[in-house]
Amino acid sequence: MNASFQSVRKWAVQTARLCCGVPDYEVYVKHLREHHPERKVPTYEEFFRERQEARYKGGGGRCC
Amino acid sequence: MHSATVKTSPAGKILWAAIAIVGAFCLGVVALRRGEPINAIWLVAAAIAVFVIGYRFYGKFVEYSVLRMDPTRAPPSVLRNDGLDYVPTDKWVVFGHHFAAIAGAGPLVGPVLAAQMGYLPGTLWILFGVVFAGAVQDFMILGLSLRRDGRSLGHMLREELGPAPGIVAMIGVLVLMMIVLAVLALVVVKALTHSPWGTFTVAATIPIAFLMGAYLRWVRPGRILEVSIVGLVLLLLSIWGGKYIADSATLAPIFDMDAKSLAWWLIGYGFIASVLPVWLLLAPRDYLSTFLKIGTIALLALAIFLAAPMLQLPAVTQFIDGSGPVFKGNLFPFLFITIACGAVSGWHSIIASGTTPKLLANEGQARLVGYGGMLMEAFVAIMALVAAASLHPGVYFAMNSPSAIIGTTVDHAATVISQWGFVVTPDQLLQTARDVGEHSILSRAGGAPTLAVGMAQLLHNIIPGEGMMAFWYHYAILFEALFILTTVDAGTRVGRFMIQEIAGLVHKPLQETSSLAGNLLATAICVALWGYFLYQGAVDPLGGINTLWPLFGIANQMLAAIALMLATVVVVKLKRERFMWVPGIPAIWLIICTLTAGWEKLSGPISFTAAANKYSAAMQNGQLLAPAKTQAAMQQIVTNNYVDMALTGLFMALIVVMVLFCLRALVKAWKTSHPTAHEEPYVALDSVASTMGVSH
Repeated sequence: MNASFQSVRKWAVQTARLCCGVPDYEVYVKHLREHHPERKVPTYEEFFRERQEARYKGGGGRCC
Repeated sequence: MHSATVKTSPAGKILWAAIAIVGAFCLGVVALRRGEPINAIWLVAAAIAVFVIGYRFYGKFVEYSVLRMDPTRAPPSVLRNDGLDYVPTDKWVVFGHHFAAIAGAGPLVGPVLAAQMGYLPGTLWILFGVVFAGAVQDFMILGLSLRRDGRSLGHMLREELGPAPGIVAMIGVLVLMMIVLAVLALVVVKALTHSPWGTFTVAATIPIAFLMGAYLRWVRPGRILEVSIVGLVLLLLSIWGGKYIADSATLAPIFDMDAKSLAWWLIGYGFIASVLPVWLLLAPRDYLSTFLKIGTIALLALAIFLAAPMLQLPAVTQFIDGSGPVFKGNLFPFLFITIACGAVSGWHSIIASGTTPKLLANEGQARLVGYGGMLMEAFVAIMALVAAASLHPGVYFAMNSPSAIIGTTVDHAATVISQWGFVVTPDQLLQTARDVGEHSILSRAGGAPTLAVGMAQLLHNIIPGEGMMAFWYHYAILFEALFILTTVDAGTRVGRFMIQEIAGLVHKPLQETSSLAGNLLATAICVALWGYFLYQGAVDPLGGINTLWPLFGIANQMLAAIALMLATVVVVKLKRERFMWVPGIPAIWLIICTLTAGWEKLSGPISFTAAANKYSAAMQNGQLLAPAKTQAAMQQIVTNNYVDMALTGLFMALIVVMVLFCLRALVKAWKTSHPTAHEEPYVALDSVASTMGVSH
């Protein structure tokens, strides 16, 4: 019960963030560690700012 | 590749037969019951049955036979995983994201306008349009993009059809964008005209967004959900405060504006908002509007299920003959133009080839997201139709008819509307306005106010209370205005990039997006383009929506036709000619609708040409026709109609040119004996999944 509530909550938070153009931070950190160990891992704040800027650069990201 | 036949168990067969029978019965009630009002639940149940069956059978057919989606094939999210844009993501998360990106004001406005013909024509077009056209378009474009590294619609058009069609489509998208922004901004203008309460609450979203932006930047960086809750509480407070503003003799006049001044404010707002840093205004309000949008759609669904309203509007009204007050034009083609989003929306092809294909973890999930996401949007459109049809028809027509037809007093409006057969008293109109805390509800076309009254009545049925209806009304207005303003702001930025890209085709350095002067210039051009149409709508004799909504519909369906033509060409290029009718027939249908509607807007009684001639003839006789009060204003109306004519002609020319390009590509692909589509080569998911660290 508790586990399923946790997974629903995780799903809701991840969806809500993605709807705002912010992908999963943990996934990104994991990706960096595995594939680009030479790069600096950004803090969540840096990551968030970069994504916020990126969301509104070009592309038609929304509908009428 | 595999062409699996799907086996259904006996129990499954019985279940699907039961769904089909229940759905057919509900649809029968909706379509055939005459003379007595039916409950909205019949309509909602019929819609759900049609969507479920469409998803299970037609969607699956498109998946297996036409697109041949292959769950063993590695999608772009796996092949190009960068942890940011390309990330294999849980399918329900992608679904939520995709739905939030495609759902906007469109499916809420079109069905409300089309309700003037009764609820039946709109319902049937939404149900069958979405299953055979809209969802097919979204799903197929998503499928094509999945096979092409998540490329955009424009990129795929260039690759599959050639560079010239790519440029033609790019210009089409830019013009469509300008019309979208103008018509959506006009919806806000119509909702806020002489409404101090509404204007105050919408204006309050700007400082609220600043506050949220600052909080996200410096106090608690990146805590979106937390700050959105704070923002929501402030928003609700501003709705509550709006009542006091509207009642105050000194403050109310500040927020009491006519259509023209509101249009100027919005134009100024659009320019400033799109040059400010995104974190300050755009992003925080975007978060708020995204959550509010999803929350309100859920609230509307809940209200309809709990309140189960009767549909007071007739199934079919006399206005299918083209004489309707809300928009002019016959059922064919104008119903299919008026309801664009919700049945088939070209704009979705941009989203389905944007972020979504870069997130799907598996081709087998594309039907859920592409086809299923569009069915959800159609459901929103059905709910908007229910909200409009459950209003008193007299109130509906009073709100949506231009003042040139029903006048500016409740007495005159009630007389005119009662003559149409929708008996209503001036008191009923006054009482409705009083209930929602406004002075007048007359001539507030554009969908938002009608939906707001409908929602307010539904919610008031469930949660009664003194003054609650006015609260719900302004909540609904605020929620629509909020995401429309976000769209205006973000759309202006996108438009700016497109203008710079097109300018770059002529002179390369103009493409430089980091130059401040270049940005300001491109933003000014972009705002001027949509601002012109917005202002034109604000001074239009028939109230603007009447003129601009058909233009928007034609443009949006034109883009859908282009997307479906691309899908048809690719199906033939893949040598699956026997399935080319799947995207081909809806493409042909949309081409017929847009060209017919375009033609009727160019020549004939409801055309821009006729309107221009009427005003210029009056000018020559020295007469003034309402709403113009000077000869200069008359001249302005004539010019506006000429511009609309030119634009209609441009859309028609664009579509004809695209049809020719597609036919050329079709014939060429048909004659070639081997597949010629530009798909990326097959890579097995198993061969990369282990090395890329993807978990399933």
